[in-house]
Amino acid sequence: MSTPVAAGTLSASSPAAARVRARRWRGRLAALRESTPATVGVAIVLAWVALAVLAPLIAPYPPNANDMAALGHTTPSKAHWLGTDHLGRDLLSRILWGARPVLVIAPLAVLGAAALGSLLGLAAGYYGRWIDLTITRTCDIVLSFPVIILYMIILAHFGSSAWNIIGVLTLTKAPIIARIVRGMTLDLREREYVAAAKMRGESALYIMLVEILPNARGPLVVDMCLRTGYNVIIIGALGFLGIGLPPPDPDWGGMVKDTYGMMMVWPHMALFPCAAISSLVVGFNLLAVGLRELGLRD
Amino acid sequence: MKRFFVKHLLFLLLTLFAVSFLVFTLNEFSPGAVARKVLGAYATQEQVDLLTKQMGLDRPVLVRYVDYLAALASGDLGYSARFKLPVKDVIFKHLANTALLAAIAFACIVPLSTLLGVVAGMREASRLDRVILMFSTVVASIPEFALGVFLASVFVVWLGWLPGTATLVAGGGWSVAAQLVLPVAVIVLFDSGYVVSMIRASMVEVMQRPYIRTAVLKGLPFRSVILRHALRNAMLTPVTIIMLQINYLIAGVVVVETVFAYPGFGRMMLEGALYKDIALIEAGALVAVFLAVVTNILGDLAYMLLDPRIRA
Repeated sequence: MSTPVAAGTLSASSPAAARVRARRWRGRLAALRESTPATVGVAIVLAWVALAVLAPLIAPYPPNANDMAALGHTTPSKAHWLGTDHLGRDLLSRILWGARPVLVIAPLAVLGAAALGSLLGLAAGYYGRWIDLTITRTCDIVLSFPVIILYMIILAHFGSSAWNIIGVLTLTKAPIIARIVRGMTLDLREREYVAAAKMRGESALYIMLVEILPNARGPLVVDMCLRTGYNVIIIGALGFLGIGLPPPDPDWGGMVKDTYGMMMVWPHMALFPCAAISSLVVGFNLLAVGLRELGLRD
Repeated sequence: MKRFFVKHLLFLLLTLFAVSFLVFTLNEFSPGAVARKVLGAYATQEQVDLLTKQMGLDRPVLVRYVDYLAALASGDLGYSARFKLPVKDVIFKHLANTALLAAIAFACIVPLSTLLGVVAGMREASRLDRVILMFSTVVASIPEFALGVFLASVFVVWLGWLPGTATLVAGGGWSVAAQLVLPVAVIVLFDSGYVVSMIRASMVEVMQRPYIRTAVLKGLPFRSVILRHALRNAMLTPVTIIMLQINYLIAGVVVVETVFAYPGFGRMMLEGALYKDIALIEAGALVAVFLAVVTNILGDLAYMLLDPRIRA
């Protein structure tokens, strides 16, 4: 830190730098195809995104419409490809519509956690001393709490809505991100370009956000992928426990909760939503495995 | 060693204080609700107010928090509005049930994931490694309730080999042992997926160290390179992660318990939360955090015992 080396650093905003960055991104997307897990993962996730976006167009029925005539034979048929649930609602339509809340809430909560966690981790790693101690200890306390119990307490008290779920997911995942970013900041703050920025008289906030954070993004991206998958699992679990998104709008976990008691008679009602949520999480996790492989190869 | 314990003990106390205060103030957002829950929907508002006063719920938060701590110190955990029993009895009965489930699952998870993780990691990118990596990734991706539904549809609905519920009361022709198979299987599969990938990653890293190359080059059989040189070093990092699983197994298995109607700690907490059974939630949260921090300490301790470099 005591040896200032300022000359020759590429300014982040120059057009040359922008071109280099664009080329690097294109290269990275091409590289993604080199890893089979990453390719499969991206394909699954994109397929679900497309289905969710197109749900209003391609879903054969409104998600909450009851088809009383179908109640006699709820199993898959020509009219209802995946059958109907115990209230005569078309399962395919509900699964397609059910992809929408999950694909909004899970990534939003990850972005929230990444933003909050990065700030905390940067501050802890950059300033050190009592700021570091306070942040690390607070994170440890949150992390030591079994999160599902925390969700139960909070959601049972405040009622559950999409925003509440995003809130608790953000607050409980931020410490994990903070821990990762802190570790990398401790290493990165000793680099020469940080010393150079300090010599230029840049503010601490600038150094943290512009000099340090972009260099910590690799592991962060892999972790965000994993977190998104876990968030999908948790949103499903909350729905299954009856403290997820309020009915009657379709929610994969909630659909399983309503119907798994009837498995001896109609297993398809619980099986299809389970398959849907599992495939989406598999997609995110394969993507994470692939990204990690590609990251290690560089 | 002494410093280690003092430091961790202080942290344990700090965490317990923080959590108890957090949960306590959180519960303050629904005043009056407790009395209403106890008396039911048909009680008059006057009766509710009276009970609120009798239970001392109309006093300031801080006063009641101090009272609560004093009661805790004397071993009084309060009275459960949901189960109509002292909280102590409710919690320990359910905790014992979950401990049974967790112990069986833990006894399966550790050897299974160590074996798979080491076998996968010792030859990175081999076919066996790819298969194990994909298997663990997929298994860890399936939510517990979905795993439960998948396994139940095969072994309960289709084959009829196992019961679909695990109430721990032998009945309907199923023994308690048969009831435990599916819940344990779901936990083991879901959790092993994660642990296997951690052990594999550690093993892969160890296999690239110079001392492994030395051992291979001096002509040791591969078997003894793995067993005598790699294994111990590869288990260093995962041992903390394995210890953390105890925490998950006790407090995190609420979903599995719900799927199989298992009378465990997680489901008790869920019922307590849905019913706003404040005494039960508070005590349960404290127990859960206590377990979490203690397993954390045990993990650190195990790490120290395994790694002579930091044994001070």
